[in-house]
Amino acid sequence: MKALTLPSAIQTGSEPASSLSFREAVGADGLPRGHWRSLWQEMEALGPQERLRRFETAGRIIHEQGVTYNVYGDAQGMERPWELDPLPMLVSAPEWKQIERGLIQRATLINTLMGDCYGAQRFIRSGDLPPALLFAQSDFLRASHGIKPGGGVFLNFYAADIARAPDGQWWVLSDRTQIPTGAGYALANRLVTARVLPEAFRENQVHRLAGFFRTLQSSLAGSAPQPLGEPRVVVLTPGPYNETYFEQAYLARYLGYSLVEGQDLTVQNRRVYLKTLSGLEQVDVILRRVDDAFCDPLELRNDSILGVSGLTEAIRAGHVAVSNALGSGILQSSAFRPFLPGLCRAILGESLLMPSVATWWCGQQDAREAVLLNVENLDVRPAFGGNSPLPKTFDDLRRAIQFAPHKWSAQERMQFSLTPCWERDAIVERPVELRVFLLGTPDGYIVMPGGLARTGVSSSSFGISMQNGGASKDTWVLSEHPVEEVSLLAAADTPVEIRRVGNNLPSRLADNFFWMGRYTERLDASARALRAALLRFSPETGGSELDLLQPLLRILAVQEQLPAESVREDRSVEALEGDFLDAIYNETRPGSLRNIASRVCRLAMLVRDRTSNDLWRALSQLEDSVAVEMSSWSAGEAIGLLNRVLMLSSSFKGIVRENMTRAQGWRFLDMGQRIERALSLCNLLQESLSASHPRSQGLLESILEIADSTITYRSRYNLVPNLMAVYDLVLLDDTNPRSMLFQLLQLEKHLDRLPRKGAQGPASPEKRLLLRMLNALKLLDPSELGVPGAVLERSETAGVLALVYDSMPRLSELLAVTYFEHSHISRTSA
Amino acid sequence: MEYELIHRTEYRYSEPVTVSQHAARLEPLFEGRQELSGFSLGIYPKPDSISSRQDYFGNKVTVFGIRELHRKLVVEARSRVVVKPLTPPVPALSPLWTQLAARLRDPVSPQDAGIYEFCMDSPMVQISPEFAQWAGPCFGASTPLLTGIGMLMERLYTEFEFDPVATEVATPLEQVWKKRRGVCQDFAHVAIACLRSLGLPARYVSGYLRTIPPEGQPRMQGADASHAWFSAYCPVNGWVDFDPTNNLMPSDGHIVVAVGRDYSDVSPLCGILTGGGEHSLSVAVDVLPVEGKGR
Repeated sequence: MKALTLPSAIQTGSEPASSLSFREAVGADGLPRGHWRSLWQEMEALGPQERLRRFETAGRIIHEQGVTYNVYGDAQGMERPWELDPLPMLVSAPEWKQIERGLIQRATLINTLMGDCYGAQRFIRSGDLPPALLFAQSDFLRASHGIKPGGGVFLNFYAADIARAPDGQWWVLSDRTQIPTGAGYALANRLVTARVLPEAFRENQVHRLAGFFRTLQSSLAGSAPQPLGEPRVVVLTPGPYNETYFEQAYLARYLGYSLVEGQDLTVQNRRVYLKTLSGLEQVDVILRRVDDAFCDPLELRNDSILGVSGLTEAIRAGHVAVSNALGSGILQSSAFRPFLPGLCRAILGESLLMPSVATWWCGQQDAREAVLLNVENLDVRPAFGGNSPLPKTFDDLRRAIQFAPHKWSAQERMQFSLTPCWERDAIVERPVELRVFLLGTPDGYIVMPGGLARTGVSSSSFGISMQNGGASKDTWVLSEHPVEEVSLLAAADTPVEIRRVGNNLPSRLADNFFWMGRYTERLDASARALRAALLRFSPETGGSELDLLQPLLRILAVQEQLPAESVREDRSVEALEGDFLDAIYNETRPGSLRNIASRVCRLAMLVRDRTSNDLWRALSQLEDSVAVEMSSWSAGEAIGLLNRVLMLSSSFKGIVRENMTRAQGWRFLDMGQRIERALSLCNLLQESLSASHPRSQGLLESILEIADSTITYRSRYNLVPNLMAVYDLVLLDDTNPRSMLFQLLQLEKHLDRLPRKGAQGPASPEKRLLLRMLNALKLLDPSELGVPGAVLERSETAGVLALVYDSMPRLSELLAVTYFEHSHISRTSA
Repeated sequence: MEYELIHRTEYRYSEPVTVSQHAARLEPLFEGRQELSGFSLGIYPKPDSISSRQDYFGNKVTVFGIRELHRKLVVEARSRVVVKPLTPPVPALSPLWTQLAARLRDPVSPQDAGIYEFCMDSPMVQISPEFAQWAGPCFGASTPLLTGIGMLMERLYTEFEFDPVATEVATPLEQVWKKRRGVCQDFAHVAIACLRSLGLPARYVSGYLRTIPPEGQPRMQGADASHAWFSAYCPVNGWVDFDPTNNLMPSDGHIVVAVGRDYSDVSPLCGILTGGGEHSLSVAVDVLPVEGKGR
């Protein structure tokens, strides 16, 4: 790599590159190329300090927005933060025009080819395309043969990876036709880069991306088979373990579509429906992120658990449109490349504008011989994809090629161009490739004016991959004219139908919201109980304080934060410190604070497309604050951490309360919180009632503290905590949002507003269960606790607590059965 | 020979099925030596949607969905078929196998696309040098194609054991290969793998077999099951069928229902259900020769 230290690189240019590579930013004369000058000036104007600050800001934004990329087969791989270099890749206007023309032609060609492969197959019969290209591909979906999408667009989305050779010419490295990923990351990169370098972004007249996505929306809507009313479009995801799940959720939210998994959809009467809380809703368009063969277990791969059974039949019946059409994956085989120039002449009557990187398909005799002679120097790969490992030695590889030549192809190793990369305080040049995205409309293809640039770690790497730890960049396509601002929201003068309810919530998401509510509340309750215990746990005191600590330890043990042994009176101080350390920081310990926090974040990821960025930010900070490695105990640090967790948790609740629409998602989140709060309150009170000194001031104070009711208590009673008054406040006071009665009343309101079948009939089982708890609670007279010598453990209050404690988990189950029922799918074959 | 065919499939589920979709390939082909004079498909419970079409390989497939809550599914296919006897080809007169293999080695001529498709890997059959090696002794440098295939069938018949409990419909080929035992489906898959590994086209055939009753006894109802064998392409005779489970070339005792690359293309009845729990399956096939109409 070549260090381009600012500002000398800008002023005088650095020395000519030693390699043959084309340099994106520096001309043959060693001076910055024209279209880069303005960016250099802006960068220089910032000065080293400000540059460093901005670089760090970029990292922070990525982190806060939770931009991630999942890497398979890597223990730490899940949710790896997205690597973004905030220095954009620049492409000048005339150059972009060429790229655009070349790729539009290519997309048009490939779309026609796909139509032919799944239709008349005349290019096979004419000899322009070898039969192997179709028939040797396991992903040539016979079940899709003969299906023609409306408008003749098979390939709604197409992307090409392109790179520049030493002579300055752009070459196509690979075609992405199955499910072209990356447009969402490109969008995320744009938002970060434009925020980090706002001055340069303004100065440079950069083409905006929003227009592309707006056309995408209208073109998807237009592909709906029944153009009546507003079509329902969904994004079909393989789920959160997919490598680009972030992007799927991000795009779904940006475009305003529901993100659904296969199990959220069902086919009935050859139509596709979304299962929602209030019944089935027909789906008109599916933007799929599930691979071809996995989309329909009935007619395609029957071991797929990601697809929708009967989807192919629904497409065939013309009741749903799927983008890209099923079976598009075969077109990305490298074996097509050698035939594209000929096919381009045959189909379009033109010569191919942008060449592919030199590729040999071993099904052709000359190519096979050339590859066999050169296996060491070429990049040999399975021609039709697949994950089977390459043979270990060159001899084995030669034998494999000879046994089934059609399965192999080879391509030239290309020297990529170099582009400046910003790495903290240095600018270095690294090889770059560009992914460009195209959208097929009935009127032809359009190109997203930008792209996903990816840079390699070494300056001569071949085949850059995010899986192998490269970085990505925004791509600025420069305009010769001022650019117009486009927003994704409909223009102000478009007539709008007023709506008070959003799209119906898929039942799977309701489930996730519910558990997110339960776990956020559990986090809160655990942090409060831990803090109360730690404040009373000090190695020096002991004696009287230890009496107070015991009930708190028992509460924590019941909640599974502490091991059962920690309650024993002979537990040493050191052992207890270890217990606390585990209870807070040990991620693998179920019930530890850190463990709960990561569950919360995982659930939040599942509902990302339905929640705001602020909510996400609050939760990811929460997870970060607990995710610290702590080997030795410090009570002070632990309490500080608990305070921070409680503060972030209330900011999360504030966002939920103030910013979340009172729709179904919110309702399930809130129900989860109420149930969990009622449960932890039960636990707290039950343990205190059975403590050795249930009326002690210290214990009552810790109840008020954990139930967050200290201030309320003081404002009502100007006296030391009294058992009866404390219980009245935390159990029966319906103005106290922390009281048991308050939780039950809220739950009652929610249950009354949930959609349900037979709303006129008798009360639902969950409602009946709740009413039983509510009645028992309302009939409770706290004065029984005031009677001197009363056996508190056998009081009516204890009975009601036991009732609630037993009924809440049952209520949670009933809700699950009624609303979240996840259908179990099985398959038969005879 | 004229037949009346009844193929009855019954599923019982331990828990109710709320929604199910099925694809049935139960209607016999109308082609070659075979004529179909009647077909009906009875389904219980009544489907809420049903549609039939010809699939990619020319088989008739019926896709249906049931929305009614059910614990039992019955699908009964009844067909009437006339099969003419085979005029057996003379294997020694067939072209050399090496000629066909060379013709189908890439690059192939567009005219051969249709048969080339059956030389390729398919979902349940992947070619490998191992199969080619095992089949090698049957295919000498100057062996005629059908002679070689006949020897391969014989070798399979002798070295593999018919064992109805060794495998299931989804057992991968490797396991069958290792165990050297299986049912008709497995015998057919092994033969197909061997032929394709030599570069020869082969396809999978599903259908029925008439069991000839012992003399003087009435034929047993329901004793028959669905059967499978393979078909190999010969430049002179077209697709020629071989039944490796019985070591013979099918004539008018075999009725063809569907052809494909392997079992996954022709599965008689596959379904995806919501709910259902455990299921039990019973299949009964009756192949009744129609009296007095034998040709």
